[in-house]
Formats: sequence, structure tokens, C-alpha cells
Amino acid sequence: MAMSRRQRARVIRGAQYAILVLVVVVVALNTNWQRIRAAFFDLDVARGMFPEVITIALKNTVVYTALGFAFGLGLALVLALMRLSSVGPYRWLSRGYIEFFRGLPALLVFVAVGSGVPLAFPGTILNRYVALMLALGIVSAAYMAEVIRAGIQAVPRGQVEAARSLGMSPAKTMIWIVIPQAFRIVLPPLTNDLVLLTKDSSLALFLGSSINQQELTQFGRQALNQARSLTPVLVAGLCYLIITIPLSILSNRLERRYGRGVGAQG
Amino acid sequence: MTNAVQIIDLHKSFGPLEVLRGIDAEVATGEVVCVIGPSGSGKSTLLRCINTLEQPTSGKVVVGGVELTDPDVNIDAARRRIGMVFQGFNLFANLTVLGNLTIAQRKVLRRKKEAAEKVARENLDKVGLADKIHAHPSQLSGGQMQRVAIARALSMDPELMLFDEPTSALDPELVGEVLGVMRRLADDGMTMIVVTHEMQFAREVADRVLFMDGGVVVEAGPPADVIGNPTQERTRTFLARVLDPVHRDPTD
Repeated sequence: MAMSRRQRARVIRGAQYAILVLVVVVVALNTNWQRIRAAFFDLDVARGMFPEVITIALKNTVVYTALGFAFGLGLALVLALMRLSSVGPYRWLSRGYIEFFRGLPALLVFVAVGSGVPLAFPGTILNRYVALMLALGIVSAAYMAEVIRAGIQAVPRGQVEAARSLGMSPAKTMIWIVIPQAFRIVLPPLTNDLVLLTKDSSLALFLGSSINQQELTQFGRQALNQARSLTPVLVAGLCYLIITIPLSILSNRLERRYGRGVGAQG
Repeated sequence: MTNAVQIIDLHKSFGPLEVLRGIDAEVATGEVVCVIGPSGSGKSTLLRCINTLEQPTSGKVVVGGVELTDPDVNIDAARRRIGMVFQGFNLFANLTVLGNLTIAQRKVLRRKKEAAEKVARENLDKVGLADKIHAHPSQLSGGQMQRVAIARALSMDPELMLFDEPTSALDPELVGEVLGVMRRLADDGMTMIVVTHEMQFAREVADRVLFMDGGVVVEAGPPADVIGNPTQERTRTFLARVLDPVHRDPTD
């Protein structure tokens, strides 16, 4: 039987929907929902996690991320400026730092900061917050430095020339004209780095902690041990999404808003 | 008459390309000099060498008694007194109009906020844009942006103003408003060096015209001579092209 192109396309699309419906029905009928619910979403277990999952775990994740991001951003700015310096050794140092820490698993850095620092400098016991800030900052700075460098270089040359022609020194030009514009350019990719950092904060697990210092992953893991249900992991996961999805939306918004503005005028 | 600008045997090369091949020129205080010439003749480079946005390869530039080509000169201090207006406006994209006019006053001249804003308002008024004080550069037309750029340079109370093809990036109907501002500035006695393709402006406003070609000043003098009655063949060829761009064949 001959079918026209359009008919054939319709039949194929119909078949695709039919297969989908079939699979859903078969899975739904053959699954023991009682067990799945107990294993993945036990309401009692979930309820038992509140309010600590918010007041302690979510709060700590946000605090750790914020500390790491603040330190990382500052370090990244310094690295980016070094990378663009006219002094050779500064450029090499920055380049070396970036390549080194981008190439290492973040976990290794956490282990190094957590166990290595007390070994290397006997007697120094890093405050947990300081250790986290260092570890998260050291890793994220390597990524953000390259983003910021690209942003600085994306500021049109004419902006620098205009500032210099008004008698502004290279440093003043950088501080008042170039860096503010560079940050507007790199805001979207920087937000993206912040999302990655939020997830990396889970590595705090390897720095050990008391109950009050647990962040989401630790908290979920501990609850998992007691509950014999995956529910805590699911709840912890949802809590991450509460942080990261709004950040992603924000990033998209910023991209749309600033994507054109800067550099559009000659 | 004192010389505001003195240029002595100025050379500038970009790699193997010699763009300026020995320029000697003087500009008196209060004088308006227009620099004309075909593209690639080195006129913009000459202008950019005067405030050393381009570092000259050799030669001397003296502005207001200060030698800018001296390696030990405080270049930022020297540039404070030299305003520059660019072809592409180069308004600071992160600042409002007011911010554009006050940032250098505050960070370089260390003027107080109120004093800087007062100067900014006066200069915006001068270019007819008092109502745009809180606008963002992206909300302005090209002509308005260029007038803000002029006001920004004037806010530093310069002794000399450099204009690098200030109307070349503008739509034709916006050229007039910028030239009008420049003409008023000239009437007020500002010392100006203007790289331009606007022959009518050069003819009417300039005290002197320099015609450049191939990195040298081919002909210099009052506009009536250089534009009205050029003695050099190269000047005549250029002017014929500029003044009669449709190339009417005289035998038609």
C-alpha cells in the first residue's frame, strides 16, 4: 500500500507515542510501588529530616559555598591580573597555578588541605571554616581566573584609551573602567562556576565534622544509615536543586540582559 | 605667540611599516589646525602620537612646554591637559553620562563630588545635553554620544583638544550637531587639532590646514590656500576626489 510522505510521517509519529505509552503502562503495572515508595520516598523518613536538613545542612552548604566563592573570586582576580602582567614570572606563576589546580581532582585538594597542612606545618590546626574556604577557593580560583582574564580582554581597547587620554593611570583605568565592565561580561559564566562550586562543597565530607557542621551530602548520608531508605539522599538532592536551579535561571537572565550591552558601542 | 604644541622630526613605525616619516609642526595657542589627507596617510597616528597613545619611534612632542616624549615625563599628568575625542566615542559603558564626565575629575584631579558634578553640568550644558545627565551611553544617538565625549574631555579643563575623525562614525544627519559644538569651542579660543574629512568645516573653522600623505606633511597653510588653491599635485588629486566624489568626467 502506497502512502504519501505526510501519511508515513504521521504513522511513524503515532508509533512513537504508542511505544512510549506501552512502556509506561508495563512499568507501572509490574512495579511494586509500595516497595519503591519505602525505598525512595518514605514520607516519615523525609519528615524526620526536617527541620535540620534546612536549618543545618542547607545553611552550611550555602555558607561553605559562599566562603569558598568569596576567597576564590579574590584569588581568581589576582591570578587573572598576573596572567595579563607585563612581568614574565607573574604570568608563568599564574599559568602554572591554573594548569596545576585545574588538572587535579578537587577531592585531592581537600585531602591535602585537611591532612596535609597539619602534617606540613605541625601545630597548625586549621579552623574548619578556614580549611573549607581555602580548599574550595583554591580549586575554584583556577577556573574563575581564566574566565576573568577573558572578560578583561573582552573590554574594548577604546575604553582603555579613553581613560588613559583623560590622565588616568593604568591602575586607575583597570579599577574604575576595565574591571567593572569585565565583571558584567563574565557574570553568566561566573554564575555557572558558582553552581559547580555549590556541588563541590559536598567534599567537605572529607574534612570531618560534627553534626552542626554537616552540609547536605553529609547530612543525607548520615540519615541514610539510620533510615534504610534512599529518601534522605533524595531530599538532600532536592535541596541542592533549590540552590542551583535559581542560580541557573539567574545566569540565563543575566546573559540575556548583559549579553548585548557591553561592547555594543564602538 | 606662544606655541601650544611643537612637533619635531616625528617618526613612527609599526614593525617594518613606517607610518610617520619625519613630521615637523607647530600649533599656536588658540589656533585651530585641521589635518586632512587620504586614509593611511598617518594623520590619526600623528594625533595619537601627540598624547603618546602611540609611542613615537623617534622625534619630539612638546605640549605646553612639557616634552611628552621624554622617558621620565609624568605622562598621566601631561595627558590631563590634553583632551581627546575619538572616532568611536569610547564613552565608558559601565557609567552614566554624569559618571563619564566625573570619573576622571574625581580620580585624577581629586575634585570633590559636588565640584566635579558642577563642572560636568556646565560642560553638558555647553554641548546641549543637560537633559541627558542621568542617561546611559547606550540610550544616546551617535551624535549625542560624541557630544558627551567632548564634554567629558572638556571637564578636565584641557589646554589642547585633539579630535580624531570625530564625525566619521556618524550618520550624515548627525554630523552637524557635533561640528556645531566644535565650532563654538573654536570660537571660544580653544587650541584644537582636528583630523577630519569635513572639508567645509576645515575651510570655515581652521586657522591652518595640514595636508598629509605617505607619512609626511605635503602642504600646510591657511585653508584658503591649501584647500582653495593647492600648490602640490598630490593635494589637488586628493581634493578633487573628496570634493567631487562622483567623478564626473569633464569631457561629458
